[in-house]
Amino acid sequence: MKLCLLSRRLRAVARRDTPTSNRTVSGEGNMAKFFAITIFVIAIVSAIPILRHTWWMAEDISTHGAPIDEQMSETMAEAGISFLASQFILGYFIWKFSNPKPGDKIKTFPGGAKAMVWAAFLLVGTEVLALGVFGVKAWANVYFTPPAANAVPVEVQAGQFAFYFRYPGPDGSFGPIHPDMINEANQNFYGLDTDHDADSKDDVVTAEMAVPVNREIHLIMHSKDVGHSFFVPELRVQQDFVPGMDLSVHFTATKIGRYEIVCTQLCGLGHYNMKAYLSVLSPEDFDAWMKKEKAMQ
Amino acid sequence: MHDTAHAHVGQHAAPTSFIRKHVFSLDHKVIGKQYYGLALAAVLIGMFLSWLMRLHLGWTNLAIPGLHLLTKNGAPGDVMTPEFYLQLMTMHATIMVFFVLTTAPFAAFGNYFLPIQVGAEDMPFPHFNMMSFWVTLVAFLVLMSSFFVSDGPTLGGWTQYAPLSAVGQVGGPGEGAGVVLWALSIAIFCVGQLLGSLNFITTTLDMRTRGMSLWRLPLSAWGWFITSVMGLTAFAVLMPACILLILDHVAGTSFFVPANTVINDQMQPHSGGSTLLWQHLFWFFGHPEVYIAIVPGMGIVSHVLITNMRKPMLSHRVLVYAMGALAVLSYMVYGHHMFVSGMNPVSSLVFSFPTLVITIPSTIVVLIWMGSLYGAKLRINSASLFALGFISMFIAGGVSGFFLAQPSIDIMLHATYFVVGHFHLVMGVAAMFGIFAGTYFWFPKMYGRMMNETLGKIHFWCSFVGAYAIFMPFHYLGLAGNVRRYQAFAPEYMQHLIPLHKFITIAALFTGAAQLIFVYNLFVSRYKGEPARDNPWQGTSLEWSTPTTPPPHNNFGDKLPVVYHDPFQYGVESSTGDYVMQTSPEKAGPDDEA
Amino acid sequence: MKNLQKLAAVLMAVMVVLCGALLLTHEVSAASEGKISGTVKYEGTPPHMRGIDMSKDPYCAKANASTSPHMENVVVGSGGGLENVVLYISEGLSGAALSQPATNVPVFDQKNCEYTPHVLAMDVGQTFKVTTSDQTAHNIHPNPNPMTGNIPWNQSQPPGAPPVEKSWKAPEMIEVKCNIHPWMHGWFAVVKGPYATTDANGNYTISNVPPGNYTVTAWQETLGTQTAKVTVSGAAPAKADFTFKGK
Repeated sequence: MKLCLLSRRLRAVARRDTPTSNRTVSGEGNMAKFFAITIFVIAIVSAIPILRHTWWMAEDISTHGAPIDEQMSETMAEAGISFLASQFILGYFIWKFSNPKPGDKIKTFPGGAKAMVWAAFLLVGTEVLALGVFGVKAWANVYFTPPAANAVPVEVQAGQFAFYFRYPGPDGSFGPIHPDMINEANQNFYGLDTDHDADSKDDVVTAEMAVPVNREIHLIMHSKDVGHSFFVPELRVQQDFVPGMDLSVHFTATKIGRYEIVCTQLCGLGHYNMKAYLSVLSPEDFDAWMKKEKAMQ
Repeated sequence: MHDTAHAHVGQHAAPTSFIRKHVFSLDHKVIGKQYYGLALAAVLIGMFLSWLMRLHLGWTNLAIPGLHLLTKNGAPGDVMTPEFYLQLMTMHATIMVFFVLTTAPFAAFGNYFLPIQVGAEDMPFPHFNMMSFWVTLVAFLVLMSSFFVSDGPTLGGWTQYAPLSAVGQVGGPGEGAGVVLWALSIAIFCVGQLLGSLNFITTTLDMRTRGMSLWRLPLSAWGWFITSVMGLTAFAVLMPACILLILDHVAGTSFFVPANTVINDQMQPHSGGSTLLWQHLFWFFGHPEVYIAIVPGMGIVSHVLITNMRKPMLSHRVLVYAMGALAVLSYMVYGHHMFVSGMNPVSSLVFSFPTLVITIPSTIVVLIWMGSLYGAKLRINSASLFALGFISMFIAGGVSGFFLAQPSIDIMLHATYFVVGHFHLVMGVAAMFGIFAGTYFWFPKMYGRMMNETLGKIHFWCSFVGAYAIFMPFHYLGLAGNVRRYQAFAPEYMQHLIPLHKFITIAALFTGAAQLIFVYNLFVSRYKGEPARDNPWQGTSLEWSTPTTPPPHNNFGDKLPVVYHDPFQYGVESSTGDYVMQTSPEKAGPDDEA
Repeated sequence: MKNLQKLAAVLMAVMVVLCGALLLTHEVSAASEGKISGTVKYEGTPPHMRGIDMSKDPYCAKANASTSPHMENVVVGSGGGLENVVLYISEGLSGAALSQPATNVPVFDQKNCEYTPHVLAMDVGQTFKVTTSDQTAHNIHPNPNPMTGNIPWNQSQPPGAPPVEKSWKAPEMIEVKCNIHPWMHGWFAVVKGPYATTDANGNYTISNVPPGNYTVTAWQETLGTQTAKVTVSGAAPAKADFTFKGK
């Protein structure tokens, strides 16, 4: 019934409509002004949550994150200024140059196309290339520096739909993985053969990750099955797993606390609930945690 | 540059039977309308799927009445299961990217108007052209058929990353037959696009009428031409990738699955494959694809704006070069989708530089548009509103590209809603606005009737404000670490973002409903719209000089037009007013292209 | 005299026919249905069942905060009884007793992110239900061997979802997992004919067994199978006890 009334009203509007050429120019002018105001309002309203950090990145607890956050702030400033300036100019031009009076002549922007091309290269081109050049260092910090020799080695295995971690134990080495022996039913997530591989006997496999604070961690990543990703916003780390490859990242956490590791690479129906907790602990608490986990093996 | 008339290649007589006129037609205009109809059906389905997704994201355990009718096992008690959400998401994206954004601005409008704008009777290979539509329709039906197989459609996203997409049914619901149907559909789609691109390129290069040099082509024609060159190369890579994926499913190959893959405690019988190989093949296609989605829109918007500003662009040559630069650079940037994929981090840096550089031609295009608005005599109507809205949306979507082009920032933004906001603004909104602008502008020529202006304006305002209300918040969600492709927000740190999702859902439902006003307007105007004159917008290009509206079967009647000017002669005094048509022998302005 | 002999002969013939009919008939009255019962024990020190860390899903961790969940591969009760052993008749059954599935609907529940019961026994073709009592979504992913004719499936159940009803085509011990909660695993023990599962004390009773000689098989998921021969009559239940030894 409501739909019927609505369609009848729409049809009445349709019949009443006058063709474009008969539209009053002032009507168009008003709509142009309204368009400009709408753009101004939208631009400002969009900027407010950014300026106030209403929804913002989690605090950085890493040692390599400061340059990343700096890049983010600089990019935000440049993108923000570009966004606001261009939306304002667009709105202003729409306002000013519609509703022409009879006898008005068209004008050309001083400098013409050349000015625009120069502006594009000088204003935007240089700024984005600067961002690119300065950003190399932030990236290099993460990827082009090797892990420290005394980094704590931790292994993470991603598989539908959980992360399991492995610590090498006192012998400092990870036992070999036998994928054909993987049996989640027996909680042998890594396919370790503790009966025959000496290295595996002291390995500690956990469902939670814990790291000592202010120690560099060397995280070795592999996937048991499909593509996954390891993301801890506070750590400023995100790295995809590549099935068939061992990848590594390294980082140092500087603040004790409990954080979440989430999977960001679509891996199947349980992707949304694929996560694990990361505890950053004092050295004593870390040792206690390791003892507790060892007892559960 | 040719300026002599060519022989009537591929000329076909006017059809007489209903089937030949409206179904298996060789006429590019009918084919264009058929593509438009397909895109319209596809966008309504795709939009409906997005409503279901948004309802679920705002209210996770909501029972949506009737949902169980769409799926065998995906909605027990009408509550969406995690896999069904992902299946809807995959189908939403696949339908929208391929069957709406590649089809409407390029295949629909391009088929209809490119031959007319170059001054030809039709495209040189009308049979290939007809086949291209029917092949595309078959691709669509194959894709939709995946809703009806027992496990449902594939859930791997429109990107179908391996090995999930290649391991088969054990990977999850829909990962068996659903993937095979998806890959088959896309491979068939590629064939249709290749046939279409072939026609577009040859039409532009060989079918221009006397006097129509390349620089006298309207900007919409340039948009279609540049896009068709991209299409030829991009789709030619996607199709074999899809075939390899199908082989991994049905022929026991392992192109994309390495050894020692253990799923559900079962060792999978694959070895030797590379998962990154799929990503390289896919994104080599995928990045040019998004430019295929936007460049026709840029051409259409330029064309619509010029007519409505009553002045030419600051430089149409610069616009053409910029669009061409976008096309060329689009092949060099694809690795920005793979910054943290595990490929060599040096490659990530290498890809980031062209990605940053590609902002330059994009900026040139936007600055030329805005600079051309200066001193214009701008007309406000539905078509020009959507064209102006395109500029606003393209800016909004483009600036978020500054962030995503940098690998170090991508560490925080990859696979979050920031990316989803970025591509929805440029594709889901800007490209759609280009389609709307084209529709309101060219509907009078296609059907001989005007669309209702009041409804058009209501449609614009609801869409413009609504789209910002939906997609701006996506960027905030992304900055806060909201991971994408999650059917529910399980992590603790995302809980406080759920109210924002509810807001977005309401905005999406409202904006989606407003699109129905457009659909209503299309159908009502088709039959009851005010009759249109041949040149309602006082445009200069060849489509406005056809002898009848809609154009006759061979577009121009007995004689092909002769072109004397470029299509940018506005603000020039003539017997018709402030413009000189391309076919008019009257004197034009000093900047007229030869 | 001759009439009496004739009568006796007729009576004997009738008796033979009746006995033969009784022997051959598939319909057995309830009063003559037999049972097999017994106890399955574990000898030796029970293997250490590892604790389960459910922290990846706070709902599961909270639901199990006061208990301490462990693996359930070998569950030995205080008296040495072995739980979750499935007993069924592997030889000697025929006719309807073999081919007719039981008519009850066994239920496999997901509660506190574990399967209850850990092993669900059922007949070929018997409808069973999978239910969820949890406020977190699970997926049920059984792993049959496709060679048997059993078709794998994978379905999730969001909180509040209605039961999933299924049945299996062929006898098999099918492992079932949840992929979202990888520690969750259980078994669908699909057999033919009457069956039973041991309780916490290791006791079981198989009912509705027609009188006859049979081989009873006891199956435990890690300890393997053992068999015993029994004779079932209509009187007291036949007894079959088993003892599984640790390694």
